[in-house]
Amino acid sequence: MSTLVIKDLHVEIEGKEILKGVNLTINTGEIHAIMGPNGTGKSTLASAIMGHPKYEVTSGSITLDGEDVLEMEVDERARAGLFLGMQYPSEISGVTNADFMRSAMNARREEGDEISLMKFIRELDKKMEVLDMDQEMAQRYLNEGFSGGEKKRNEILQMMMIKPKIAVLDEIDSGLDIDALKVVSEGVNQMRSENFGCLIITHYQRLLNYITPDHVHVMMQGRVVKSGGEELSHKLEAEGYDWIKAELGIEDETVGQEA
Amino acid sequence: MEGETNVTVETNLKITEQDVRSFSASKSEPEEFTNLRVQALAAAEVLPLPKPDKTKIAAWNFTEFPVHSTDSSTYASLTELPEEVQSLVDLKQKNLYIQHNNTPAYLALPEELKAKGVILTDIFTAIRDHADLVGKYFMNEAVKAEEHKLTSLHAALLNGGVFLYVPKNVVIEEPVQVVFIHDNADASLFNHVLVVADTSSQVTYVETYISTVPKANGLANIVSEVIAEDNAKITYGAVDVLAEGFTAYINRRGVAKRDATIEWALGMMNDSDTISENTTYLIGDNSTGDTKTVVVGRGTQKQNFTTTVTHWGKNSEGQILTHGVMKEAASAIFNGIGKIEHGASKANAEQESRVLMLSPKARGDANPILLIDEDDVTAGHAASVGRVDPLQLYYLMSRGITKQEAERLVIHGFLAPVVNVLPIEGVKKQLTEVIERKVR
Repeated sequence: MSTLVIKDLHVEIEGKEILKGVNLTINTGEIHAIMGPNGTGKSTLASAIMGHPKYEVTSGSITLDGEDVLEMEVDERARAGLFLGMQYPSEISGVTNADFMRSAMNARREEGDEISLMKFIRELDKKMEVLDMDQEMAQRYLNEGFSGGEKKRNEILQMMMIKPKIAVLDEIDSGLDIDALKVVSEGVNQMRSENFGCLIITHYQRLLNYITPDHVHVMMQGRVVKSGGEELSHKLEAEGYDWIKAELGIEDETVGQEA
Repeated sequence: MEGETNVTVETNLKITEQDVRSFSASKSEPEEFTNLRVQALAAAEVLPLPKPDKTKIAAWNFTEFPVHSTDSSTYASLTELPEEVQSLVDLKQKNLYIQHNNTPAYLALPEELKAKGVILTDIFTAIRDHADLVGKYFMNEAVKAEEHKLTSLHAALLNGGVFLYVPKNVVIEEPVQVVFIHDNADASLFNHVLVVADTSSQVTYVETYISTVPKANGLANIVSEVIAEDNAKITYGAVDVLAEGFTAYINRRGVAKRDATIEWALGMMNDSDTISENTTYLIGDNSTGDTKTVVVGRGTQKQNFTTTVTHWGKNSEGQILTHGVMKEAASAIFNGIGKIEHGASKANAEQESRVLMLSPKARGDANPILLIDEDDVTAGHAASVGRVDPLQLYYLMSRGITKQEAERLVIHGFLAPVVNVLPIEGVKKQLTEVIERKVR
């Protein structure tokens, strides 16, 4: 079992503090969902875990199985078992999707033990079928000219190929129609196992109809303000966030406002 | 210029009219051609150097060189080629010309194409045996000898090159490959390439300049003229890998007539100081010119790349794409010029110039220029100079790819537009390897 532990995490972007003490523990075998309105720091948390160059951790810690994640470069975090499905993945011209994914898989292997081309293609074909992706997408340049939905599927495809220990999915559902949402959910559900943990960031409960979370957290003002089980997401869907704000005495839930 | 050269720079030419006459006689050239050379030599004495925008070349050596012509071995079979060249050429390659320094060294053209009237031959044979065609096209429609000192010097001193003629309605399916091998440090390359595609014909031509010596003492003054008659299509690929030490002037110019298309894919990988002009004249209505150029500069190399598409034809379409990577203390100017003449209505001139800087001392300038003398046209340009995008690196690294490998992927991707369109596998592979070696 692997465990990602986030303790009292404070994060700034361009001098402005966005996360103000996040605590969260994710084990493999668990699916966590972080919900919350826009501007409450959810995506910042995702970026800080992966090591986005613009986000600065000012205090607190992130560890994976006791190893200090914050000391690692971005690529080391990935090879240690972390994955981030990005909300806005970069487009990289001239690099095919397939070449990129093979490089990513080989980055985890020793020199001389690279994945064989045949095995890679077989596996890629299989996963692309699950995600209902056209085979030609493997030969297109990475994310270049991809529609919003294609980009999200491609993020999930990478996750399925790389098989991380802990994946963070940042608004993987935004902009997806219902069919694409089902397909993406199927991809995540196939990953579910004792060796895989997931943190799903969303502001729509809809995704959680297809991926049942074990734990649900609500973020406001740069902190996790409430945690519960699957039932919490249903309550949020039915009643919105106002009851939490009332309970905690919060007037404006966005970052920068204090209770 | 970097490195040592054993020659001094002087303004007056050391080569005399008598030298030119005897060289011409040694090649049994017709009198008209000898006269053309002699006149060009006289012009070279007085004409000024060209003025590549934003690069001062007054102090560059374009006139002094160790010897005018060298004798090198010919190749009886492809297995005799130097190792570096063998990987470029597929043994099954049917249409092939190889020049060894200044010596025509190998030629292959299938009988079937000869029977259709296709001509592929070294430039000296062409000047002798195809005087009518050469007379019609040589430095007449595309490049003129009297343009400036370097074009006239080229005409006077021409010492190599190739002629390719594709008759009316003939489509050559397989690419024509040409390799210019440079392995004598004292050799100078005054090569002239003349490609003519007659009405409704099609051909793909791919040339490689490869130095297998580390340093050159000579000059490269290279002119390619590419003529696409009505409804013809020419795809012209080139990979230049000339050694450090050359002063290189490379002028590749095409003329596209009515409904004709010229597509260029140029991998400019010289280690020498280089002035490159690539020009397409869209003189016919509905003609198309598409230019893709990739460059890697390193060391203290100074280069200037001026890509021009000039529109005279109505509804003519011009595309320019230039991607340059600059490392160490290399500097390069990238001028992209889209020119639409009066009367070229419905013309479209588009260009994109991008420069990636890999070190703080590298310099790269992208200058998009649109000169438009007609109202009813469309035109656009995009230009950027910058470092490798940190967000692209972040994305690649977030999948476990090391920073070094991520940079490598981004750079290769950036230069892919030319690599991917080269139609000969060996040449494509060689360009990829040269890029790998140069950006490492």
